[in-house]
Amino acid sequence: MNQWAFVIGAYALTLSGTGLISLLSWRAMRGAESRASADRA
Amino acid sequence: MHRFANPARFLKIARPLTVWLFWPGLILLLIGAGCGLFVTPADYLQGDTVRILYIHVPAAWLGMGGWTGIAVAALMQLVWRHPLAAIAGRAIAVPGAFFTAICLITGSIWGRPTWGTWWEWDGRMTSMLVLFFLYLGYIALGNASARQGNGGGVSPVTAIFGLVGAINIPIINRSVVWWNSLHQGPSITLRGSSIDTALLWPLGLTLLGFTLLFAAIVLMRMRAILAQNKVEARMQRLARG
Repeated sequence: MNQWAFVIGAYALTLSGTGLISLLSWRAMRGAESRASADRA
Repeated sequence: MHRFANPARFLKIARPLTVWLFWPGLILLLIGAGCGLFVTPADYLQGDTVRILYIHVPAAWLGMGGWTGIAVAALMQLVWRHPLAAIAGRAIAVPGAFFTAICLITGSIWGRPTWGTWWEWDGRMTSMLVLFFLYLGYIALGNASARQGNGGGVSPVTAIFGLVGAINIPIINRSVVWWNSLHQGPSITLRGSSIDTALLWPLGLTLLGFTLLFAAIVLMRMRAILAQNKVEARMQRLARG
């Protein structure tokens, strides 16, 4: 049993998932703040 | 805490804080993960699979810490009527559920080569799975209450759910002491660690990195909800004429 396959799988899933949730949160924030400042203008 | 009850004052601090938390968090996480993968030695018994420790433990910490944050926010919402507490609770829920899922999946991946099984219905794994379901329930209730108003935050009923669900946190923590299982006992306690320092040090980096990143994600989600509230308030004013 190749142990590195399990290690790489776990790291790939965690790091890509963390990147994705960070990106989605950032996009939601930027979108909402842009709409809020466009309304004010 | 009530000094930050004003959303404008909160945003003045949250805007720079988001950046200060995010980038150091990401850098620490990548350094810690890199060192955990390529610098530390393999364990004499588990071999290279021990490297999953550096992502599994922070994910467990954030899953449990996230719900503790929800419970504290719920208490502040119900007792002190802090206006941002309801929003904080809702902002924590999705990243908390995500890291609980990551903890369950990485634990399962670690279990297969170590224990010979992907899953075991023991106290630790089952209580962690219950935490994940609690998160899903809280997210559903929070989204429903936000649609009914509540300033984009969770309703008092959802906050009570968050408080009651916190009973699961000490159960998760003590599960490996109360019940025998394949899962190891507590290896890091207030009295010290049973993990050798040669293997332990990158864990501090990934723990701190993931925690800073989690805080940045929560701030981003709170800022999104507050901005959405502004847009909705403006639309309601326009609708009223």
